[in-house]
Amino acid sequence: MTLLEVNDLTVSFYTEEGVVTAVDDLSYRIESGETFGVVGESGAGKSVTALSLMRLIEEPGRIESGEILFRGEDILKMSESEVRSVRGNEIAMIFQDAQTALNPVYSVGEQISEAIRHHLGYDDDAARDRTVQLLDRVGIPDAESRYGDYPHEFSGGMQQRAVIAMALSCDPALLIADEPTTALDVTTEAKILDQIQDLADEFDTAVQLITHDLGVVAKICERVMVMYAGRPVEKASVEDLYYDPKHPYTVGLMSSIPRIGDERDRLQTIPGTMPDLVDVPPGCAFHPRCPYAEECCARKRPPLVDPETGDASTAADDRAAACLEYTGDLENGLDFEVTVEGEDPLVEEEQDAR
Amino acid sequence: MSLRRFILKRVLLVFPILLGVSIVTFSLVKLTPGNPVQVAIGLNPDMGPQEIARLKQRYGLTQPAWKQYLNWLGDIVLHGDFGSTYGARERAVSDIIANRLPETVVLGLFGWVFALAIAIPTGIYAAVRKDELGDHVSRFVALAGISLPNFWLGLMLILVFALVLNLFPVSAPRKPLWHPATLWYLLLPGITIGTASASNLMRIMRSSMAEEMNKEYVTAARAKGLPERTVVLKHVLRNSLISVTTVAAFLTAAIVSGSVVVEQVFGWPGLGRELIAAVRNRQVDLILGITLFTGVAIILANLLADILYAVLDPRIRYD
Repeated sequence: MTLLEVNDLTVSFYTEEGVVTAVDDLSYRIESGETFGVVGESGAGKSVTALSLMRLIEEPGRIESGEILFRGEDILKMSESEVRSVRGNEIAMIFQDAQTALNPVYSVGEQISEAIRHHLGYDDDAARDRTVQLLDRVGIPDAESRYGDYPHEFSGGMQQRAVIAMALSCDPALLIADEPTTALDVTTEAKILDQIQDLADEFDTAVQLITHDLGVVAKICERVMVMYAGRPVEKASVEDLYYDPKHPYTVGLMSSIPRIGDERDRLQTIPGTMPDLVDVPPGCAFHPRCPYAEECCARKRPPLVDPETGDASTAADDRAAACLEYTGDLENGLDFEVTVEGEDPLVEEEQDAR
Repeated sequence: MSLRRFILKRVLLVFPILLGVSIVTFSLVKLTPGNPVQVAIGLNPDMGPQEIARLKQRYGLTQPAWKQYLNWLGDIVLHGDFGSTYGARERAVSDIIANRLPETVVLGLFGWVFALAIAIPTGIYAAVRKDELGDHVSRFVALAGISLPNFWLGLMLILVFALVLNLFPVSAPRKPLWHPATLWYLLLPGITIGTASASNLMRIMRSSMAEEMNKEYVTAARAKGLPERTVVLKHVLRNSLISVTTVAAFLTAAIVSGSVVVEQVFGWPGLGRELIAAVRNRQVDLILGITLFTGVAIILANLLADILYAVLDPRIRYD
């Protein structure tokens, strides 16, 4: 069942330097209980997308157009109190930096139980009991006595766990995890990711996992969307994305992952940096950094299409890429090879213009 | 460190500060020209050297300054004796202070409550409506409030509300301090004394609130689905009050010194008016006594702020 369907979402920020389109014509969907990855470099519009889902975009930002259908109802058309009954209750968010997401002057327990009291109507004692159970469930030792501790008395990993407990407090149907592990060290990161996955399974919660880490995506996601400069550039299942990427940017991201046993002494990177969103290059936003760019790439903006048929993609499509290759505009085609380290190449292809 | 130990530590710190205040006050008054003997000579220029020596002896002026200081301090600490005024009618300084202090405290507290009652709601309002019309209007009013001198504002209030509108007595015989009708008499001087502080506090409240509103915990609180009212009044307010508390303590000094002028303008029978009279008549002991009490008031306000600070912000105690 489709839990969330985002259609043609566009979000702009009216800054002094100009209008920044942080999310540009974005469509995707999330099924109940699945884990959906959103990947891209910083500034690709991942966090703005996440905040838009809860209608938490603040001035000078504005959701310009599109619809966000949650269980078939458009969040953008809801009244303020209707949105509030969804926030934290049906859609909850795990913030990137737990330390700043927790209010320093209230105890961790209070910050979790206030949402429980508000949405589920529990009284103080019942909310407290539920909070202690949640803290215990996310792996806070001695949860009962830590209830009254303030955020600064928690370690970074424990703060992140507390924020996860907060997000899970009202059994949301959709959990948005915005780079939930970037502030943590690698061993804690692995534990937290396992935990998010376990909890999502246990509570049958769909997860939108936002990350710039393709390793994390491979580990826990089922379907993935790659974003670049506020636009979706590729959507695929995890297997397809890793073994048969269709967009040069995805390929670039893949080849910049360090691998154990790699002989090269320098990590391959994508040349250049992501464009300033005030001044996005015309045509395909990625063309200045793309090794396969041709003249037409600077002129024509590639639509998101099915790479097999070249038909325009919708939120319902699982496989799509935004490259002029798939609309038949490229003359020389994309010339990359995908090899899987240590095994025979699972997929080997040479793509030419049709 | 528990909250109780923190408070105890702060309270104990008050004593060395008080000692410092007493030394500074005493030195400044001693360095200022004018003492009882000179006043007596002024009144009676024909006084002979013998008479002068006798007076000097009587007021302890023949002793070195440090001994005078110790005598003065000793009398206060051991006997609660702040000395007395001199002249035709000698009065004990402690009696004057005991009579006048409540008047000034009531006026100051009223000014305080007025300042807080105005500053906190408008500060919140201005922060929530940042850069909208309400914010601009309140900024303009606050700037005016900071810029108006106390004495002028007081005179204007008397002119408008007492003389033109006839709502208040200009300077009518007052009921005793604890009579409910006193509230009516408190209104104009209280507003006068509180206006500048209200304006200052409101600006601090607004900027600290606006700064807190941008923090991520606010987005996180909204993401929990809490009503905006709860987000602002529970999550943001407590954090912004931390910096407001610090400034509020500083402003106590402004209120205390403001009371000197305001009491004069409104004929309020408090310590401030007494202080002006004391300075005019070179009543050294009275100046010393009142200044010491003023210092104590400011120290107490800061102590209270420190304690409030620790109550508001759980991180403080563990520093």
